[in-house]
Amino acid sequence: MKPKDTAEHYILSSSPHAHANASVSRIMLDVIIALLPTTAMGIYFFGMPAVWTIAVCVSTCIVTEALCRMAMKRDNTIGDLSAVLTGLLLALNLPAGIPLWMAVVGSIFAIAIAKQVFGGLGMNPFNPALAARAFMLISFTGPMTTWLKPFWWKTPEAATTATPLAVMKTWFVAEATASASPHGLYNAACKGVPSLCDMLVGNMPGCIGEVSAIALAIGAIYLLWRKVITWHIPFAFIATVFVYSLIAGGAPAMMQVLTGGVMIGACFMATDYVTSPITAKGKLVFGFGCGLLCMLIRQFGSYPEGCSFAILIMNAVCPLINRWTQPKPFGAK
Amino acid sequence: MKTVKSPFHFKGGVHPDYNKELARDKAIEKLPLPAELVVSMSQHLGAPAKCLVKVGDFVKRGQLIGEKNGFISVCVRAPADGKVKAIEKRLGPAGGKADAVILDTTAPAPEGVAAVEPLPPLDWKTASREDLLKRVEEAGICGMGGAGFPTSVKLNPPPGKRCEYLVLNGAECEPYLTADFRVMLERADRIRLGVEIMRKILGGPAVRIAVEANKPEAIAALEKAFADIEGNVEIVVLPVLYPQGSEKHQIYATVGRVVPEPPALPIDVGCVVENVGTVAAIADAVEKGEPLLERVTTVSGDAVVEPKNILAPSGTKYSDLVAFCGGEKEPPAKVISGGTMMGFAVSTLEIGTTKTTSGLLLLSRRKVFQYASGACINCGRCLRACPMGLNPALISKAVDANDIKAAEDAHVMDCIECGACSFGCPAYRTITQSCRRAKNSIRARIAAEKAKAQAAAAK
Repeated sequence: MKPKDTAEHYILSSSPHAHANASVSRIMLDVIIALLPTTAMGIYFFGMPAVWTIAVCVSTCIVTEALCRMAMKRDNTIGDLSAVLTGLLLALNLPAGIPLWMAVVGSIFAIAIAKQVFGGLGMNPFNPALAARAFMLISFTGPMTTWLKPFWWKTPEAATTATPLAVMKTWFVAEATASASPHGLYNAACKGVPSLCDMLVGNMPGCIGEVSAIALAIGAIYLLWRKVITWHIPFAFIATVFVYSLIAGGAPAMMQVLTGGVMIGACFMATDYVTSPITAKGKLVFGFGCGLLCMLIRQFGSYPEGCSFAILIMNAVCPLINRWTQPKPFGAK
Repeated sequence: MKTVKSPFHFKGGVHPDYNKELARDKAIEKLPLPAELVVSMSQHLGAPAKCLVKVGDFVKRGQLIGEKNGFISVCVRAPADGKVKAIEKRLGPAGGKADAVILDTTAPAPEGVAAVEPLPPLDWKTASREDLLKRVEEAGICGMGGAGFPTSVKLNPPPGKRCEYLVLNGAECEPYLTADFRVMLERADRIRLGVEIMRKILGGPAVRIAVEANKPEAIAALEKAFADIEGNVEIVVLPVLYPQGSEKHQIYATVGRVVPEPPALPIDVGCVVENVGTVAAIADAVEKGEPLLERVTTVSGDAVVEPKNILAPSGTKYSDLVAFCGGEKEPPAKVISGGTMMGFAVSTLEIGTTKTTSGLLLLSRRKVFQYASGACINCGRCLRACPMGLNPALISKAVDANDIKAAEDAHVMDCIECGACSFGCPAYRTITQSCRRAKNSIRARIAAEKAKAQAAAAK
């Protein structure tokens, strides 16, 4: 409701009469800006298929949002940029070579099913981009697990490969059964995984936006600096993954952190306001849960990667965490 | 006497644009007596005063025209000589109507009207504690920071409670306002005298004078005035943070004590907090026999020609204050009685000032934000801003769903309505306003239950 605006009357409203000028669209824009480095790296490594996937996801999300709002007879909300962000995040969590019609279906699912049927921004229980990714992983398992090699156009005869995670998965199994020394095992298996340096830069197969740890870290630092996110969830998530893999064995802990969706998940997906707890304590619990579930799925689950499922499960638990971690008022016993 | 930095920092708080440079360098100016005064009987917290005059009466400056009407109430004295033109319900700054005496100050004094004896000056060193306390009550003094709590009640702790710390509130954390700043700068000696009187009334508590770090001139003036005071007196420099001037947060910042949840009061942790202006008023009431008839009000904002700090009698109409500042630079879009964080938007300039009118702001359209509230995105900014450690997002969603019980369970009654949550909300949600709504409805329910219980007991 806009206050009445006539020349003869002063505007009447209840205090406060000052505002920090923060806005939802500015926050969304900040997250989009923070995703630009990893977007650029994804395009650098995977070429035009990445460009097309991003373009299709973003535009489908915008159109779907507009149509949904129209159908629901609500205000158009594409101006808040949340649909753009959902589209971008979904694209960054898809393999570059995915057929574009599948990207369209996923984007429609993200906006229409995961977000608007619940009432739109602020009402969705699950992160729309991750819900769509999970939906696509189950519906289109083959294309969703076919990975282009970085610079695949240089080796057109073998453009696709397995992700390092699929290789690393076998280590847990191997370690449990084989009698070979862990050191020898590691050396033998190293053929399938990129070097630590490649992992940091992102020179490995994977989703468009998840490969470059450095680009993701730059984005996360920007978000922390802009005070869009706090350190709690990324820290708890990554630290849990790290400590778990130190204890459980398998692939080296650094490798577990740098591969798959841990970096993008911890910094950009799990920190989604709507689907994560509001208090600092709750955020730590949430991040811990994400990290733990992610590693449990990586070690024992039937998928090599568990990051998106881990966050989705924790999304579901979020209201409960909020209930447990209500702040204590100043002066309360 | 020493100056220390505040050792305790409360959680939360926000940094609004202070805009104090508009009026901070303007020395206090005395307003020429306006032709008409609108003297409200409800200038304080608690029961309105009982009007003692009738239309046609001629009253003398300082004459009692409104009698204290209950324990939590304050008397009202005539701010100037004049004839009672009317007694009628007039709009107050908060939107409610209260009885007001309309004084025509241009009317000539009729023959034979005896001058009302002013209150006699008291020597605070020889006067008894009871006499001093009575003087504070007779002078009609209430807290001048905003809430207007009767000062004589505050200075008289209930049996069994002792005041260990007297905290002087000179934080003035509200944007635009500089009235307290000017009082500290220009009337530091009066504040010192007020402190000595209050110390005597309260049985010699330690004194903490809280000033925000953005007022170094005021701190210097106080240091000079208090240089040779005896006893435990400290000037505590607070970090610049809104709402540093909140009673509970000031107590925490100065002495590190936490006032428990309502209905607990500062005296429950051995503290009494008074605004610096109130303290100066106590000095005048005792030493000069001068009741609280006038106060310093900051008139500021970008729509007023010349922002000023004006010493004006209670009941001065806002329009007279604006005229004294050279009028409007442009038609204001919003007029606020008080500051931008907790002040009241008013619909007209035909409202009289009260003992608690610290500021009058005329804001142009450019300074007025207009909003369309959106859905909560759960970003947690309100939670981090809330100085009371509440979850404002939860409360506002509960109130949206008309679930007042849920708001009550989320401790909405602890809310001090400082506005920090709404200030930073990116979805422009009216969170503070929702808290207010919940509090009002809970208070109404409690009052209804009480009335019902009393009715049942009477049967």
